[in-house]
Amino acid sequence: MESNLNWKEYVITRAIRAAGYSTILFVVLIFYFLLVEGLPTLAEVPLSNLFSIRWYPIEQYFGILPLISGSIIVTLGSAIVAVPLGIGTAVFISEISPRWAREILKPLVELLGGLPSVVLGFLGILILAPYLRVLLNLPTGLTALTGSLLLGGIALPTVVTIAEDALDAVPRAYREGAWALGATRWQTIWRVTLPAARSGVLTAVMLGIGRAIGETMTVMMVTGNAPVMALSLSAIFSPVRTMTSTIAAEMGEVSNGSVHYHTLFFIGMVLFIISLIVNVTASAVVFRSQKRAEKVLS
Amino acid sequence: MMTKKPLFNRNLTQKLGFSLLTLMAAMTVIPIIVVVVYIIYAGGGAVNWEFLSGLPHDGMRQGGIMPAIVGTFYLTLGTAAFSVPIGIAAAVYLSEYAPDNWWTRLIRIAIINLSGIPSVVYGLFGLGLFVLFLKFGTSILSASLTLSIMTLPVIISTSEEALRSVPQSFRTVSISLGATRWQTIRRIVLPEALPGIITGVILGLERAAGETAPILFTGAAFFLPRLPHSIFDATMALPYHLFVISTQIPEMPFQIQYGTALVLIIFVLGMNIFATIIRSRARARRQW
Repeated sequence: MESNLNWKEYVITRAIRAAGYSTILFVVLIFYFLLVEGLPTLAEVPLSNLFSIRWYPIEQYFGILPLISGSIIVTLGSAIVAVPLGIGTAVFISEISPRWAREILKPLVELLGGLPSVVLGFLGILILAPYLRVLLNLPTGLTALTGSLLLGGIALPTVVTIAEDALDAVPRAYREGAWALGATRWQTIWRVTLPAARSGVLTAVMLGIGRAIGETMTVMMVTGNAPVMALSLSAIFSPVRTMTSTIAAEMGEVSNGSVHYHTLFFIGMVLFIISLIVNVTASAVVFRSQKRAEKVLS
Repeated sequence: MMTKKPLFNRNLTQKLGFSLLTLMAAMTVIPIIVVVVYIIYAGGGAVNWEFLSGLPHDGMRQGGIMPAIVGTFYLTLGTAAFSVPIGIAAAVYLSEYAPDNWWTRLIRIAIINLSGIPSVVYGLFGLGLFVLFLKFGTSILSASLTLSIMTLPVIISTSEEALRSVPQSFRTVSISLGATRWQTIRRIVLPEALPGIITGVILGLERAAGETAPILFTGAAFFLPRLPHSIFDATMALPYHLFVISTQIPEMPFQIQYGTALVLIIFVLGMNIFATIIRSRARARRQW
């Protein structure tokens, strides 16, 4: 009985540890498959072609710069929407709203986070795009702007939830100290609470932007999918195409192992590396500030 | 000390500031309510028994969406079959066993990374590993495996949080009574953390049910006027179906589009609301 128990315990412990380590394996596998299928591009497509401004795979033009510029312009647009609104909403929920409003607002924001992106894209096509076309007198409503607005909505819940957590974690004594010195609630928020939650708010912004870069279905449905190099700010009013939507739109039609196929994996590899940098930096910011807080408190 | 009179009185500043923040919160929340209410309003008329249980016909412009509903159900179940055991076990490892060392930190970085990888990149990975390398083909199996790796970080982080919220004294007492570590986890820690774990699992599966990009090249069928026969069959799925009928098919009746959107959000938000209820009930009942 005793040895039987030990044996069972040993197997279960091993299995649990294997599950923990499997997460590392998955990241390695993902990166490995992107490398194996993506790196041949560098041998097959001359760099001058790959880093040119023309994406037209049927005629062997594999310039990824327009796709990168498309991703940048849509992501920046979404950040302009999501960052101020997200932080403002987080401050409202954490510092101002009465308890009952908070109980309603938090689940509502989470609900937005749970809405499938394809639903937002669908509403973008049917409602937002035609509306913007008429409002701004554009030839088409399927533009970078439409994508930015919807993508802002997708990044918002991430920004709100993480920023709100950060504000919530600021010790109550900080606020009480400021009030005792005669600061108004508004001054306390600006000069004490927000600066104290700075690193968490920064993380919120970074992860929100990371979410926006990686979003696929919404942008594919509403940005018009024209791989045109964005050279000026007015590109926001014209159709663009992002890295993610290029993969999603074209992968179904390429033959396995072709140059086009490898290039799409190469774009995926670029996206993977971007998300790696964003996420590791964001978590490093949190990690460092935790250490600092521990030092202050001890 | 104050020689210069400020432009605004500080109480006025506060009033303006608070109004601005209230406005921002309203701008965040009101569109969410409008979107949900509008879809219910516009899609409600289309949803009836025939729509839910019928097969699509006439180039999907007529009939029901039953294969897509069943397909999403299968994909969600398939995802759960892989991600729930691995996810909970990984959470148990991090919360109960993992030493504070370099490897554990690497596991945490890996989880953060998994949570940030764009969904379409998961699609590429699933295509490369499951569809082509392991030769599972475009199938429910490939799509479920792809989705389950994508849902792991959500399940792991919420389950770990639930496990950690169980007070340390529970474990100490159990161990001191002669229970082994696994017995303590199995009989004491897991049952106490169960509501939190269920919430995490549902939130993870909710994400899987609503995703389109990871299944695009791993298991989604454009049109399949029957149910899949096995896990090696491709399947229709609600989110992909909504994408198809709103972008790929001209002159699609609005009714069917909105009806499909409504069924999808009921599926997904139903899970969301269910998870929220379990969490708040567990919080209210908790005695420590």
